[in-house]
Amino acid sequence: MSEINQRKSVPLWIQVLIWLFIAALLVLVGSTLSKRQQGRIQTGDKLPDFSVTLFSGYEFEGKSEVSLSDFAGKVVVLNFWASWCKPCEQEAAELEEAWRFYNGEVIFLGMDYVDTEPEARTYLKKFQITYPNGPDLRTSLSQMFRITGVPETYFIDQQGVLYYIKVGPFLSIDEIKSIIEQKLQ
Amino acid sequence: MINIILTKHFLRITGYTFLLAISFASISTHFAYAQDDIPTDDEVNEVAKGLYCPVCENTPLDVCPTEACKQWRNVIRTQLAEGKTEEEIKQYFVDYYGDRVLAEPPRTGLNWLIYVLPPALILLGAVWLFKNFQAWTKPKVVESVSIQERSDDSSTDKYISQLEEELKKRN
Repeated sequence: MSEINQRKSVPLWIQVLIWLFIAALLVLVGSTLSKRQQGRIQTGDKLPDFSVTLFSGYEFEGKSEVSLSDFAGKVVVLNFWASWCKPCEQEAAELEEAWRFYNGEVIFLGMDYVDTEPEARTYLKKFQITYPNGPDLRTSLSQMFRITGVPETYFIDQQGVLYYIKVGPFLSIDEIKSIIEQKLQ
Repeated sequence: MINIILTKHFLRITGYTFLLAISFASISTHFAYAQDDIPTDDEVNEVAKGLYCPVCENTPLDVCPTEACKQWRNVIRTQLAEGKTEEEIKQYFVDYYGDRVLAEPPRTGLNWLIYVLPPALILLGAVWLFKNFQAWTKPKVVESVSIQERSDDSSTDKYISQLEEELKKRN
């Protein structure tokens, strides 16, 4: 007549497996979150070497793919822009003028962010830009720098250290020159 | 006689000119049909709704109003006109802008967790609920043991027997 309500306990190996799975999941979520919380590259940070692909007609010394290490010993001005970005147009002429002024002594590198190539080429032609330019393929470089928008410009010194970040368009060529001159003296 | 021959020649030339004109007309009509092959907005949006522009987060490409998205839709239109499939177009965007443009992350590597975990957790939850509902709805079988049986049991609680006797007396 009596019936004892006995509960079957989960086997130990299944319990261990579940806990291991939960722990692995937590580690994964934690590491992903910590990566995302790292924030943008700060001034004073030594940049890891990166390479970019350039548009045909905008190569650097005949090379369609260049790395930061190729420019060691020179100041690099890395400018993120897009053809759909109206503020980028405000500084386009000044950047080209500065590039011509330094005549290869300072490297200007344009990175076309989330854009289509025909429109990008139209933009480059419109502003008669001649310095090396290329698409930010897979948005990898903009993600590395964690740009907040376009235009954004990163100044890298001769040792590959980021020393200035300009968010938004330059107001004049003098502004660009004054930032570059800090490292040319 | 010469007049008749000239008239015949004239008629023949007019006939050829007419035929030639019809041929040109048919060719130009053919070109008009070719223009109709330009993908419609609906066809473009069918592909675009599976893509997200990184500039306008959380806005699918088919409804995104920005200039950048307009350019992207034009790229889709061009590629559809070139005869590319939806998958090929999406792959182009992935190659150019990265995985994050896809509405559905590719089923590779750790991305599988996104697809496997939620259904697995829902399934586990359903099993747990089912088991617990069963336990709640099943009437608990209380030990209904007669006093006689209890007294037979060596482990009968003396206190209970005493209590029952007291209750009998009161009744």
